[in-house]
Amino acid sequence: MTADTTPLTYRINLVTPLDIRDYESQEGYAAVRKALKEMQPADVTRLVKEANLRGRGGAGFPTAVKWGLVPMGEGAQRQKYLLCNADEMEPGTFKDRLLMEGAPHQLVEAMIVAGYAIQASRGYIFLRGEYVLAAERLERAIAQAQAAGYLGANLLGSPWSFELFVHTGAGRYIPGDETALINSLEGRRARPRAKPPFPQIAGLWGKPTVVNNVETLCNVPHIVLRGSQWFRGLSQGKSRDSGTKLYGVSGRVRRPGVWELPFGVSAREILEDHAGGMQEGLELKCWLPGGASTDFLMPEHLDLAMDFDTIAKAGSRMGTGLLTVVDDRRSILSVVRNLEEFFARESCGWCTPCRDGLPWSVRLLAALERGQGEPGDLEILEQLCRFLGPGRTFCAHAPGAVEPLQSAIKYFRHEFEAGIAKPATLAVA
Amino acid sequence: MSTAAAHPRTGFSRDAEPYALHADDRASIEQEMRHYEDPRAASIGALKIVQKRHGWVPDGAIPAIGQLLGISASDVEGVATFYNLIFRRPVGRYVIKVCDSVACFLTGYEELRDEVCNQLGVGFGETTVDGRFTLLPICCLGACDRGPVLMINDETHFDVSPRDLARLLERYP
Repeated sequence: MTADTTPLTYRINLVTPLDIRDYESQEGYAAVRKALKEMQPADVTRLVKEANLRGRGGAGFPTAVKWGLVPMGEGAQRQKYLLCNADEMEPGTFKDRLLMEGAPHQLVEAMIVAGYAIQASRGYIFLRGEYVLAAERLERAIAQAQAAGYLGANLLGSPWSFELFVHTGAGRYIPGDETALINSLEGRRARPRAKPPFPQIAGLWGKPTVVNNVETLCNVPHIVLRGSQWFRGLSQGKSRDSGTKLYGVSGRVRRPGVWELPFGVSAREILEDHAGGMQEGLELKCWLPGGASTDFLMPEHLDLAMDFDTIAKAGSRMGTGLLTVVDDRRSILSVVRNLEEFFARESCGWCTPCRDGLPWSVRLLAALERGQGEPGDLEILEQLCRFLGPGRTFCAHAPGAVEPLQSAIKYFRHEFEAGIAKPATLAVA
Repeated sequence: MSTAAAHPRTGFSRDAEPYALHADDRASIEQEMRHYEDPRAASIGALKIVQKRHGWVPDGAIPAIGQLLGISASDVEGVATFYNLIFRRPVGRYVIKVCDSVACFLTGYEELRDEVCNQLGVGFGETTVDGRFTLLPICCLGACDRGPVLMINDETHFDVSPRDLARLLERYP
C-alpha cells in the first residue's frame, strides 16, 4: 500500500484514523498548500480535466466538466457551494463509509482543494444520518483543520475563505439524487428538482453549487500533488478511464470486501482473486455490477473490464463498482422482488409512474414468486419497464429501478413464466 | 373554537398539547441555524434534537420548531413525515433497524428478521408491550461485506446471526 499505487486507501485506519499531525506527516494537506500557493483555481480544474477524473457516485460524469459550468471570476456570485454527496445508500455499496471512517482528513482536504477550484464560499458534507461514526470523525477532523488554519477566513494567507460543515440527514434514499439532496439540505422534503437550471448555475439557495461524491473528491488532492499523467497511468492501460477505483463484492462469496484497484480490472479478478470466489457448493447465477439500479450481468460477462464504457456496452452500468453476486440457490424472482420493494418504498411519490408503477411491479413479482402469477403478468412487467424508463419520469429513480427488472426478464424469462399459475384442468365431456 | 378530537386512525390531535422547547434544545437548534444561510435548513436538525430528548417528536414540538425557524408548522410536519428517521409516534427505548436491502437479503436477512420478530413478538412498525424495542426496516447500511446488518439506536452490528441475537438484545435492557 503506497501513495503511488493506492492513493485513496494507503492512509486508511478504521480503528484509529490519522490525527491531523500524523496525516500531515504523510503528505496530508500538502495539496491544499500547493493549490493555494502555486496554482490558480482554473489550474486545478485543468489538471482534473487532464487527469480525466470521472464521478465515482455511479454516473461517471467528468468532474472537471461539472466544475467548468460554475460561474467564475470577478462577476461571479460571492456565495457558491460545494456539496459532498456522502448519502451512500445505493444497496450493495459500501465504499464511502470506508473512506470517511478510515481517513476523514482526506475528505476534508479534498473539499478544500475542490472548493478552491470553484471558489466556493462554503462546503457541506451531506452525510446519511445512520453513519454516526463517520459524523463524529469528520466533525473532529474539521475542528482540527480549522485550528490548523486550513479552514476559515483568508486561509493560508490567500484572499479566499472557506467554511466546511457536516450536515447529517434523516433517512430516505432519494436525497442521493443531486437536486433532491439540495432540497433536503435546504430543510425541505427531498424531491428532485427540474433541470435546467443546473445546480452549477442555480443550486443551493439559488446559488452556484457543485455536488460531488466522496470517492470522486478524495482523488482530487492526489491529482494536485502527483499530476494528471501519474493519475492516468494508475489504470495501467486496462481502461480509458483513469485512476484507481474502490471495487467490492458482497453476497455469498468467500471473502466479501472492498479493495482499491486499477480502474478497469476485470470483474473476474475482483470476484475470484480478491473475494475468493463463491462459497463452497455455490455457483454464480448473475451479478449486479454496481448497485441496485444497474442491470444484471451473467457469468459470461465476468471477463469484461469494470469501467464505465465496457460495462455500458454489455447493457448495464458500472454504477458504484461494487458487485452484488447472486448464487444459484436463489430464485431471481425473490431477488428482483426485494430490489423493487426497496425502490417502491423509497420513491418520493412526486410523479405518478414511479409512485404507482413500482408498487404494482412488487405485487406482480410477489405473486409470481408464490407461483400465483396470472397470464399477462409478464407482459405488464415489460410494459412497466417501458413506462418507468428514461424520459417518462421526473428523475432517475424509476429508470434505475427498471434496470434490474428488465435484465432479469431478459436472462431469466423461464423463471418468470414458471411463476404463472397453471389453469385448473377443465374436465372435457 | 377548537376541538381536541383525536384523528380516528392515527390518534393524533390537531390541537397539540402546549409545548415549550427545552432551553438546551433551543440553544442547540439556534447553533444549528448558524450553519446555514436560511434557518429552514435547520429543520431536520431541529427535529433530531427534539427527538433525542423524547425518543420521538411530540405533536406540540412541530409548531414550536416552526416558530423558532420562521416557517409554518405544516412545513415542519411535511419534513418530519418525509424522512424515516424522524418518528412522529412514541417508540421503544431502543429502535432496532434491520437492513432489508439486497446484499443482506442474499446473506441471511430473512432468517434474521424471522428471529427478531419471534423473540420480540412484534412485526415491523410495532413496539413491544414493555416499551423496550421498536422494530423498523432500513435501507442498505453500507456494510454489505458484513451482512446481515442491523442498528440498535446509534450502534451498528455486523454479521448478526440469528443464533447470537438473544445475547445481543440482552445488552439493551
